[in-house]
Amino acid sequence: MKEYRTISQIAGPLVFVEKTEPVGYNELVNIVLFDGTIKRGQVLDTSDELVVVQVFETTAGIGKDSGIRFTGETIKMPVGRDMLGRILSGGGKPIDGGPEIVPEKRLDITGAAINPYARGSPNDFIQTGISTIDGTNTLVRGQKLPIFSGAGLPHNQIALQIARQSKVPGSKEAFAVVFAAMGITKEEANYFMQDFERTGALERAVVFLNLADDPAVERIITPRLALTTAEYLAFDLGMHVLVILTDMTNYCEALRQIGAAREEVPGRRGYPGYMYTDLAGIYERAGIVKGKKGSITQFPILTMPGDDITHPIPDLTGYITEGQIVVSRELHRKGIYPPINVLPSLSRLMNLGIGKGHTREDHKKVSDQMYAGYAEGNDLRGLVAIVGKDALSERDRMFLEFADIFENRFVRQGYAEDRTIEDTLNLGWDLLSTLPVEQLVRIDRDLINKYHPKFRQAGKAEG
Amino acid sequence: MEVKTEKAKSDATGVLKRIAGPVVTAVGINAHMYDVVKVGKEELMGEVIKIQGENIIIQVYEDTAGIRPGEPVINTGLSLAVELGPGLLTSIYDGIQRPLAVLVQKMGDFIERGVSAPGLDHAKKWEFKPLVKEGARVSPGSIIGEVQETNIVHRIMVPPNVKGGTVKSIKGGSFTVDEIICTLDNGAELAMMQKWPVRVPRPVNEKMNPTVPLITGQRILDGLFPIAKGGTAAIPGPFGSGKTVTQQQLAKWSDAEIVVYIGCGERGNEMTEVLTEFPELEDPKTGKPLMERTVLIANTSNMPVAAREASVYTGITIAEYFRDMGYDVSLMADSTSRWAEAMREISSRLEEMPGEEGYPAYLAARLSEFYERAGRVKTLSGGMGSVSVIGAVSPPGGDFSEPVTQNTLRIVKVFWALDAKLSQRRHFPAINWLNSYSLYLDSLHDWYDKEVSPEWNVIRSWAMEILQKEAELQEIVQLVGSDALPEAEQITIEVARMIREIFLQQNAYDAVDTFCDMKKQYDMMKAIRQYSDLAYAAQSAGVTPQQIVSVKSKNELPQIKFIKDYKPALDKIQAELDEEFNALRSAA
Repeated sequence: MKEYRTISQIAGPLVFVEKTEPVGYNELVNIVLFDGTIKRGQVLDTSDELVVVQVFETTAGIGKDSGIRFTGETIKMPVGRDMLGRILSGGGKPIDGGPEIVPEKRLDITGAAINPYARGSPNDFIQTGISTIDGTNTLVRGQKLPIFSGAGLPHNQIALQIARQSKVPGSKEAFAVVFAAMGITKEEANYFMQDFERTGALERAVVFLNLADDPAVERIITPRLALTTAEYLAFDLGMHVLVILTDMTNYCEALRQIGAAREEVPGRRGYPGYMYTDLAGIYERAGIVKGKKGSITQFPILTMPGDDITHPIPDLTGYITEGQIVVSRELHRKGIYPPINVLPSLSRLMNLGIGKGHTREDHKKVSDQMYAGYAEGNDLRGLVAIVGKDALSERDRMFLEFADIFENRFVRQGYAEDRTIEDTLNLGWDLLSTLPVEQLVRIDRDLINKYHPKFRQAGKAEG
Repeated sequence: MEVKTEKAKSDATGVLKRIAGPVVTAVGINAHMYDVVKVGKEELMGEVIKIQGENIIIQVYEDTAGIRPGEPVINTGLSLAVELGPGLLTSIYDGIQRPLAVLVQKMGDFIERGVSAPGLDHAKKWEFKPLVKEGARVSPGSIIGEVQETNIVHRIMVPPNVKGGTVKSIKGGSFTVDEIICTLDNGAELAMMQKWPVRVPRPVNEKMNPTVPLITGQRILDGLFPIAKGGTAAIPGPFGSGKTVTQQQLAKWSDAEIVVYIGCGERGNEMTEVLTEFPELEDPKTGKPLMERTVLIANTSNMPVAAREASVYTGITIAEYFRDMGYDVSLMADSTSRWAEAMREISSRLEEMPGEEGYPAYLAARLSEFYERAGRVKTLSGGMGSVSVIGAVSPPGGDFSEPVTQNTLRIVKVFWALDAKLSQRRHFPAINWLNSYSLYLDSLHDWYDKEVSPEWNVIRSWAMEILQKEAELQEIVQLVGSDALPEAEQITIEVARMIREIFLQQNAYDAVDTFCDMKKQYDMMKAIRQYSDLAYAAQSAGVTPQQIVSVKSKNELPQIKFIKDYKPALDKIQAELDEEFNALRSAA
C-alpha cells in the first residue's frame, strides 16, 4: 500500500493531504506515526489537489513527517457470534483482556437505510414493568424511544431498569443488549457494568465504551459500530436487540467540533446544518424487517443542556424518534422515582401495541383519561398557589387531589418493582375511581361497566 | 455527420474532480442546469445544480462513499422527469420515482445504490379504450381514451408538449405503456405513458376560484377552519403534537378522488404504518381499498438528502397529472421543513452565502413556487380538476418565528395550529381553535348555506364567539376561581367546555368517531346550542348555575360521537334536555 508524506495542514481533528492519487470519499485512512503507532481516520472531502481526513483519535503526535495510507475501502466492522459478553472500546477494539473478535462477517458501519417497503410493522408490546411507560407511553418492539433527561437526574437507573425488566409477555426470549457509551465518566460506566454483571445481563450484551477522557472524535463512530453489531445480531442471527446509546449530547458535541474544524457554515447554536440527517442515520437504524425474525429497539439517552427541551439536540432527536420519555427535575426533587413526567412524554407507536390482542381493550381509554385528569390537576396547582384551595370548586378539588395520588401511586414505584401490565391498568382504574363516573368522559360506558371498581364489585355482588 | 456525433459524445462524458458528501464536482461536460447526469462507475443518478466556469456542480441522489476523483460522469441531457401513465396508483416510490417494491426485489431489504428502476411497469398490459375516433381534432391535454386502472378510470391524454392535430389512427386493446396507440396527422405518435420534468408546472387552461370545501370528516377542520378544494393549508406543530396523525386522517378521509402522500424526510416506522394501513383501509365511499386511489412517496430521514429535495416535486407533478384528467387531488407533504433542510444542507455544501438561520436566500421563492402549483383549474381538455396542498412544517423548538414556518404562512390560506399543550392534555386533534384560521370562509359561505343548512354559518360564528369569550374568561378564572364569575359567564364557561370536549375533540382511533360528516357535525353543534339557549333562559328565570351545570341528560352527549346511527339517541337527549330544563324552570 502506498504511503504519502504530503500533509500540508493539521487543524483540530482534521488532516489535509496533498498530491495523492484518486482517493474515495469516506474511505478508511491509516496514519502512521514516526514510532510506528497507527491512527485511524476517514476521508471527508476528496479532490485531485487535496484530501481532507478526519482522525478518530487525538491528533497528538501527527506531524508533517507522518505517513498516510489510504486503504481503498470504507470503514468496516468485524462482527461475530462471540461478541456477546464482550467489552470493546469506542473504536471497536476489545478492552476486556479477552481475545480479538473472530469475524464471521465484515460490515460497513454506515449501514444502508432499510427500504420503507421492507419494514415490518412494529406492534409487539414490550413490558418494561414501569407504569409510566407501559401504561401511558407504551413501547413496542422495533421502536426508538429516547430518554430526555438533565444533568443529575436518574436516567441511568431508569435505562438499567428498562434493560433488566423488558420482556414481551408470552415470549420466552430475552433481549440481547448492545450498550454504547459516548463520553460518559468511568464511574457511570462502572455503574452500568456492575449492574450488567450482577444481573447476568452481560452474557447477552455487547458493550462499547468511549469514556469522557477518550478522544471526542471517536464518538462519531461509536454508535455506528454499536448499531452495526445490533443489525448483525438482529437480522443475521435473529435476536431481539435493545440498544442503549448514552449520552447522545456528547455525540452531538463531537459533531459540532468537527464542523467547526472544517470551518463549515454553522446552523442553530453552532451545530452543523446536516445534524438532522446525521442523527437520522443513527436513530433510523431501529425497526423490524419483514420476513426476518429479529428486531432492534433503541433507547438513546440524552441530557438536555439547561433542561431545555427546545435545544437543537432534543429538538432534532424528537423529530426523528418515535416519542420521548421526559425525566423531570421537579418530580425528582419531590423524591419520586422514576421521575418520569408523563405530560411531555409520548410514545408514537403506542397505539400499535395496545388494546385487544396486545394488552387489554381498555388500555387506550384509561391512559387518555388519566392523562387528561393529571393535566387538569396539574394546571390547577398554579391556580391554588394564587387563590388557595378553598376558592376552588368541588370538581377542581377532586382533580387537584387526583394529580397528587397519580404521582404518588402511579408514577412512584421501586427500582426493582416490576409491574405487569394488568397491575398497571388496574392501578389506573383504582385512581380513576376517585373521580365521579360522569367525569370519565373519555371512556365508553361499556368499559366503565366492565372495569370500573365500583361496577366491577357491584356486578360481582349481584352475580 | 459522424464528426458531429463524436463531438456530442465527448461533450457528454467528463470526469469527477471533487467529492464531498452528496455534492460532487465534474469537469469536461457541457451540461445545462438541472440536467440529469450519471456519476461514477456505478452510474449513480445526479442532477446539475450549479455551473461555475469549467466546474459542473452535481447533487447526487445516492450515497457517494467510495467514489473517487477521475471516475466518469455522463450527461443524459434530460431534465429530472417522472413517468406518467397507468400503474401510478397503488405505487410506493422513493423521492426520484423508483418503486420501492421493485427495489426490494433488486437489492434486498436495505437501500443499496446504483440500481435504477423505472417508475412504471413497462411490461404490464393495460386495456385501452379509445374515446375519440379517427379524424377527430385533438389538442394538447385532450382526452383520447381511458384505462380502468383500479376503481379509478385513468384518462389518457395528449401530452401538453405535443402539438394538436387530427387523429390519423387510434386503436383499442391491450397494450403496454410504451406501445403506440394513436397517431396524429402531424406525425406525432402517442403512447399511454408521457414524461414530464418535475420542476416545471404542467400547463392549465385557467385557474379558478376555490368555492367547494374539501370535506375531511374532522370536525374542527370542516366545521371551523375549512380548506377549499384547490386550496393550500399548513399544519405546523412542535413534535408530539399529533401532526402526523392529523395528516394521515386527512389522507384517509378527505373527499378528494386521488391522494398523493409524500413522506419527506420522516420516520421509517411511521412510513411503514402508512404503507401497511393504507392497503387495509377501506375507502368509505367505494368500499375498495384506499390504496387504489393513492400514490405514496416515501423518502425517510436516512435516505439520501438530494432525493429528499426532489421528492416534493415528484409528488406534485404526479398530482397535477391526475388533476389534468379532471380529478380532485389532495397532496400531503410531511414535512416541508425536512425539504427545506435538505435545501439548506445542499446549499451549505455549495458554500452559498446563507440567508436566515443558514437557509438559502431562495427558500421563500422555492416555497411559494411549490404552493402555487396548487389550485382549482379548468384543464386543457376543458374539465375541472384541483390539487389541494396540505404541507406540514416542523418548527424547531415549536418556534413559529423560524424562516420555514414564516415563509409558508405568507403563502398558504389555511393554518391549523397544532398545540403541544393540547396534546399533553390529550385533546385531539390538538388544533388550537384560537390561533388557527381559514381565509376560505367567505368563498365557501354559499356552499355551506346550500349543502348543510342556512343556519350553519350562523352557528359556526356563535361557537367561535363562545370559544373566544371563554379564553378571555379563563384569564379571570386563573386569578379568582370560577365560582367568582357572574352566573351568565359561568354558563358560558360550561358551554365552551362542551364545545371543546364534545365537538372539537375527536378520536381518530374510534371506528365511528374517526369520520364525522357535515350533517352530524351540524346536529351535534345544534344540540350544544340548544343546551346553551335553554341554560341562559333558565338562568334568567332564576335557576342557579349549579343546577344548570348538573343537568343529567347533557352527560350523555359525548357518547353520541361513538354511535354510528346517532339520530335516535340524539333526539332522545334533546327531548330530555327540554324536559329537564322545563322542570328546573317551573321549580325556580
